[in-house]
Amino acid sequence: MSSFDISVILDALPFLAKGLGLSLGLTAVAMIGGLVLGLVIAIVRLSRFRVLAMLAALYVNGFRAVPLILVIFWFYFLVPLLLGRPVGALYSVLIAFVMFEGAYYSEILRAGLKSVRPGQWQAAQASGLTYLQTVRLVVLPQALRKMAPLMVTQGVVLFQDTSLVYVVSLHDFMTSASIIANTQNRIVELYVFAALVYFALCTAGSALAQRLSSDRQRAH
Amino acid sequence: MKGRILGLAAIGASLALGLVSAARAQATDAVIDRIKAKKAISIGYREASIPFSYIDAQGKPTGYSTDLCTRVAATVKTALGLPELEIKWVPVNLQNRIPLVANGTVDISCESAVNTIGRQAQVDFSSPFFISSTRFLVKSKSGITELADLKGKSIALPINSVPERLIKSIVERDKLNIRIVPVRDNSEGFLALSTDRVDAFSTDDILLFGLRSKAPAPADYEVVGKPLSYDSYGFLVQKNSTVFLSLVNATLARLARDGELARIYGTWFEPIGVPLSASLATTFQTIGIPE
Amino acid sequence: MNYAWNWGVLFQSPYLEWLGQGIAMTLAVSIAAWTIALGLGTLIGIFHSGASGAMRFVTGSYINLFRNVPLLLQMFLWFFVVPELLPKAAGTWLKRGLPYPEIVTAIVALGLFTASRVAVQVAAGIAAVPRGQSMAARASGLSTAQAYRLVLLPQAFRIVVPPLTSEFLTIFKNSSIALTIGVYELTAQTQQIQSFTYQGFEAFTAATVVYMAIALAVTTLMTVIERRVSIPGPAARG
Repeated sequence: MSSFDISVILDALPFLAKGLGLSLGLTAVAMIGGLVLGLVIAIVRLSRFRVLAMLAALYVNGFRAVPLILVIFWFYFLVPLLLGRPVGALYSVLIAFVMFEGAYYSEILRAGLKSVRPGQWQAAQASGLTYLQTVRLVVLPQALRKMAPLMVTQGVVLFQDTSLVYVVSLHDFMTSASIIANTQNRIVELYVFAALVYFALCTAGSALAQRLSSDRQRAH
Repeated sequence: MKGRILGLAAIGASLALGLVSAARAQATDAVIDRIKAKKAISIGYREASIPFSYIDAQGKPTGYSTDLCTRVAATVKTALGLPELEIKWVPVNLQNRIPLVANGTVDISCESAVNTIGRQAQVDFSSPFFISSTRFLVKSKSGITELADLKGKSIALPINSVPERLIKSIVERDKLNIRIVPVRDNSEGFLALSTDRVDAFSTDDILLFGLRSKAPAPADYEVVGKPLSYDSYGFLVQKNSTVFLSLVNATLARLARDGELARIYGTWFEPIGVPLSASLATTFQTIGIPE
Repeated sequence: MNYAWNWGVLFQSPYLEWLGQGIAMTLAVSIAAWTIALGLGTLIGIFHSGASGAMRFVTGSYINLFRNVPLLLQMFLWFFVVPELLPKAAGTWLKRGLPYPEIVTAIVALGLFTASRVAVQVAAGIAAVPRGQSMAARASGLSTAQAYRLVLLPQAFRIVVPPLTSEFLTIFKNSSIALTIGVYELTAQTQQIQSFTYQGFEAFTAATVVYMAIALAVTTLMTVIERRVSIPGPAARG
């Protein structure tokens, strides 16, 4: 086996950087979309409307029972069919990730909302706030602060999960590294490089989550 | 003299007008409409179909087919009278190229697709621009020369490809004890061979020559085996897009007629040691239909 | 929506066999990987909960390494890179001599990855055992090893059954990633059926139903185990 050849990585750096940009972009959109969707689902599940709450629970349990790869395949196949026109891999994947993360974030948020002391709910409603106002002004800010470390951790997991778009050949960081590895015959260099990049970014993310949780603990 | 020049000019002008108006008059196919609406043409390319359509070290699509399709885009731009035509390069692979062309995500897939009757149920093919055959790539010192030499050994085959079906049927028919390792694309197959994971890799012979030429030590590999098939390559186009297909074939015809096709062929294939064969030259003549 | 329904395709040969093989492969890979994960993860978790700085650093590094690289990339590293880094004979054996190299590699990669997650849960479980227990155990004259074996671990395990259930279920889902190195497990088989028959809806529904059934079975099994081993009394309920 010939020696480690860094020039392959340097030559392909723009191509790899573009892939990394896609991975990070996908993570950001899925995180924001997932949080919004997760919030809606969590609120519905904690509300008084039993039927809706049950449907929401079905949604969450359904998405949490199946592998992400299967969800990606589902939407890659289904979205063009439903829209009646061809859709690129990117849009199908975005929808798949937002819906998948929505289920996971809703669990975190639901735990967060429930963990706010019941006294807060009661005091808010005694003060005349409606259910939605209570959630928006009193409960949610507290829940979000509490759940921030978990949400960041889920974000790190999400960033790692974006590597799975490999199965639909979307050119994210993982797929780009794999393409260069295969076409330039340099598997060791590229995969080790990819591992180092993921490791650095994920460790930074986890450190952020740690900071957030210890900041909170210090504040009390 | 003046009269003749005027006459020729008149004929030339009416031909040009005729071509443009003919395109406009029949412009009812889905691909043309889509290109006009988007002002862009989506061209499919492969990761490692060397030298037809592959990614260079910077990740950009390049290759013989890619070159030819850039000319197709120019023809379409002229025929539709568009001031600008953007080319969108869409990566395709063995698994998704036919579905992507069939559902319209890709307007034309320019790589190394073999024309088969089965595939024509879902997509249409352009005039043939290359003839290849299924053979094997092996390590030179392995001493393997035919499929039968692989008894008790393993071979990598690209999924959803003509060589895969062919070799599998031979293995089943002759009850050969050969382990088949499916690979997603040509680069993966070559990697499996170069890292000694398999003893042979089979696909179209020209692709094997291309892969070998890009290897760090080309002399370590050999293309062996008697040709097992006669495969003609075509560009993939959505079905029932006769106007677009005729523009594609017109591009190929004009390039073939004025020798430009042979010249482009030379730039891509001389470096890998595959000069223009007699049968391919005949194919170029056949597709070079007159105006 | 332009779609030609054909649920019967799932019951035709060879698609029915493909489904069966896929389910068997998913179960086999997941359970094999889980035995590695449980065994190794418990060991690492125990060592990670110990006080010694050097040991914590080593186990902490293992956990960090395996948690901060995507599982897909880990499988690629084991399958493509490791055989190239080993001495020639070992590498060649891994690529050729090993029977079903992609399946074995998938099991090892999945097992080691999940082991790091199990280690975190086990360490947390041990830390959640009331401190009085370990102090009392030591005061009664038990050695460290005995304290762990007879007092701490039994309690820690009961605390940790719920999160371990979640890890067990996750391993079934993560086994689908093995399809990228050529393991024909359930998701891969249904994707094959889809590309051969174009009946994607039917094929993927089959896979979805099976995964949900697995999830249901695992949660039910674990509820049963949880109920049978739970420690009566308020203190131990996490």
